[in-house]
Amino acid sequence: MSAEGVDLKKRRTLTLATSAVGAVGAGYVIYPFLAAWAPSEKAKAAGAPVEADISKLEPGQLMSVKWRGKPVWIVCRTEQNLKDLPTLDDRLLDPDSNDTGQQPSYCKNPTRSIKEKYLVAVGICTHLGCSPTYRPEVAPTDFDANWKGGFYCPCHGSRFDLAARVFSGVPAPKNLEIPPYQYLSDTTILIGADGGAA
Amino acid sequence: MRKLIFAIFLAAAPMLGLASGEGPHLEEANIDLGDQASLQRGAKYFVNYCLSCHSAKYQRYNRMAKDLGLTDEEVINNLMFTSDKIGDTMNIAMPADKATGWFGNPPPDLSVIVRARGVNYIYSYLRSFYLDEKRPFGVNNTIFPDVAMPNPLWQLQGSQKAVYEVEKDSAGNDVQVFDHFEPVTAGTLSPEEFDQVARDLTAFLTYVAEPIQMERKRLGVWVLLFIAVFFVLAYLLNKEYWKNIH
Amino acid sequence: MNMMKNFVGWIDDRFPLTKVWNEHLAQYYAPKNFNFWYFFGSLALLVLVNQILTGVWLAMSYKPDAELAFGSVEYIMRDVDWGWLIRYMHSTGASAFFIVIYLHMFRGLMYGSYRKPRELLWIIGVIIYLAMMATAFFGYLLPWGQMSYWGAQVIVNLFSAVPVIGPDLGVWVRGDYVISDVTLNRFYALHFLLPFILAALVFVHIVALHKVGSNNPDGIEIKKNKDANGIPKDGIPFHPYYTVHDTLAVAGFLFLFAAAIFYAPEMGGYFLEHPNFEPANPLKTPLHIAPVWYFTPFYAILRAVPSMMGSAFPGVVAMFASILIMFFLPWLDRSPVKSIRYKGMLFKVMLFLFAFDFILLGFLGTQPTTDLYKLMAQIGTFYYFAFFLLMPIYTKLDKTKPVPERVTK
Repeated sequence: MSAEGVDLKKRRTLTLATSAVGAVGAGYVIYPFLAAWAPSEKAKAAGAPVEADISKLEPGQLMSVKWRGKPVWIVCRTEQNLKDLPTLDDRLLDPDSNDTGQQPSYCKNPTRSIKEKYLVAVGICTHLGCSPTYRPEVAPTDFDANWKGGFYCPCHGSRFDLAARVFSGVPAPKNLEIPPYQYLSDTTILIGADGGAA
Repeated sequence: MRKLIFAIFLAAAPMLGLASGEGPHLEEANIDLGDQASLQRGAKYFVNYCLSCHSAKYQRYNRMAKDLGLTDEEVINNLMFTSDKIGDTMNIAMPADKATGWFGNPPPDLSVIVRARGVNYIYSYLRSFYLDEKRPFGVNNTIFPDVAMPNPLWQLQGSQKAVYEVEKDSAGNDVQVFDHFEPVTAGTLSPEEFDQVARDLTAFLTYVAEPIQMERKRLGVWVLLFIAVFFVLAYLLNKEYWKNIH
Repeated sequence: MNMMKNFVGWIDDRFPLTKVWNEHLAQYYAPKNFNFWYFFGSLALLVLVNQILTGVWLAMSYKPDAELAFGSVEYIMRDVDWGWLIRYMHSTGASAFFIVIYLHMFRGLMYGSYRKPRELLWIIGVIIYLAMMATAFFGYLLPWGQMSYWGAQVIVNLFSAVPVIGPDLGVWVRGDYVISDVTLNRFYALHFLLPFILAALVFVHIVALHKVGSNNPDGIEIKKNKDANGIPKDGIPFHPYYTVHDTLAVAGFLFLFAAAIFYAPEMGGYFLEHPNFEPANPLKTPLHIAPVWYFTPFYAILRAVPSMMGSAFPGVVAMFASILIMFFLPWLDRSPVKSIRYKGMLFKVMLFLFAFDFILLGFLGTQPTTDLYKLMAQIGTFYYFAFFLLMPIYTKLDKTKPVPERVTK
């Protein structure tokens, strides 16, 4: 084999060109494998919005529906509950819902809801994922002498008010998540979809 | 050396001709998967005439909507009669054990029937029901002898009877061989209109058997083009390197 | 690029990277006269990588449960983004693997690549072939279609045909009295495991190859003719010459591979069989049970041998013998020359007939047995064994041509 007549420049350019096209091709091949990890149609269908019928929900009652494997609470707040909410502001970590990741924009308000009367919130503690207990009583409790109603998480003692806002000084760092939702009628809430209103 | 290889394949090729099909003669379906109107009609026929007994449990309604050029609302309003949601698959309410009692075998799921039996088989099957009083539902089918189902499209097609010819088999005995159908009662559609119904339904089931097929073929053009470009570059690269090897 | 040199130096102090690169690529000398038939080794490696990659990805969505398996394949085809492509790459890849390997083996037959000192290389290759067949057999049950179920039923019943221990052996393989969910689950585990054993065997295969160096179409040992630097005169460094050459082969192969995936994934029912689109039904046997095309030559041999004394065992023996006889090839070929180019007419005719015979048996394996087909299969089986068993005789008798000192084009 002779070393003469080896056009190194041509070899290099052709190698570069072929490698570049090859790299692009490799990218095209890898893409489907990565994309295959996205939620499948089955997962998306299972995660589809869920309707909740609130016609029978009395003031002070809580109902729970499952959406994307998570419990979503709908609480019918009483007039007293709504009056008490602003009085709790100085005891809360984020009373004005400044953490925009925890609620859709249409729920960045004092009651963290579309309609005042109903709270819609994901029932998973923002600390380590336990599901807090509903404590609607407006009376002193063993964890809070000045309890105005809300949620108490038995795992590590985090507390949330009836707008699902987290108290200061508890392990949980954020307010409970408000999912996207909309009213299909006065008695039906669709959880998981808001027609892009967020 | 090359002649040897070529000769081997030349000698082996005629075997392909020997692998011919057996069974009844099948009509050409001539479906067009690019004809969305045909697929939409086929979906309508499937939902109205088949879905009460036959599920298509791997086909989602929302996918059908997207691929057939329909909105979710159109599908919900025209093609869904139960409380199913748009993301659900085309299931049926009939429990399998009841179905066995009523039909002998549960009506099979039709999601991939076209891939199992063939396009022309399904098309011919839909057109080949004939009157046979010995059968529980009063009909038989030349493509699927002693099938356990009634003719779901009998109102559209009308009814027909099978006419036989006498032929000799390989042993020299007389046998009855199916020759042609003769109409007995008219349906609401003409024969051409009914053939189109069968064609639309077959086209829809062909789509259901592999919803990605149109997209697959479309993508294939680009993939092959890209590889061809890569091949040209690799060829030039190879030629350059091997120029001085003798 | 000084950073690169330092980095490589750091690695070299801890791992023989440059040494391996030189010994097996940049300074590994391969014969310069490789032709078309020498592509199939690297193509086989490419297909193996494809099967493992697509296979693992399918495993993320497939469910090895008799109630769920068929549905999970349709789930992959419809609901998983790009699942259809990964599935077709895997099913087409399985057939492509066997096409490539059969051509790779045929190259060996033509050029005497199994002759001394490459007997062990050939033996490792036959072991790889057996591992491939086992992998494909286990894998075919997984879609749980009619052909999956009944094909497995037939083949496992062969084990039951073994005298004395047969029936117990069949139950032991199945883990149940019939092919069932239990069988499916264990075949899945084995199908997942074997490709990694296969990959290890391929590594061993290449180590064995590099020890003795490649054969070539002339059957000449290039190491016999070295220049002043100890480099074979007819050798060229594998890198860059064959890395570049193989890239071209890969491009050509990928074109055909993609054409199949995008335009003929079923390949007329040979790559994806029509009856397998019906879910497995233990109560309904399909009209024709046939294995996938790459097994059909051996299936034809199995059926050609008549039952003796009420046992199908002789056919089973013949089928396994037809594969195991390959191990002995290095010692059956007594020709003084390696390559068909310098062998006489006798060998050329025998090899031509063997290739034709293999294809014929393959065809017969797909067909239902008729009297004519059975006779043809018996003649085909007889010839298959004659090709090997008579080889010591006809390779000695054959007239050979003088082998040149240096390779030709």
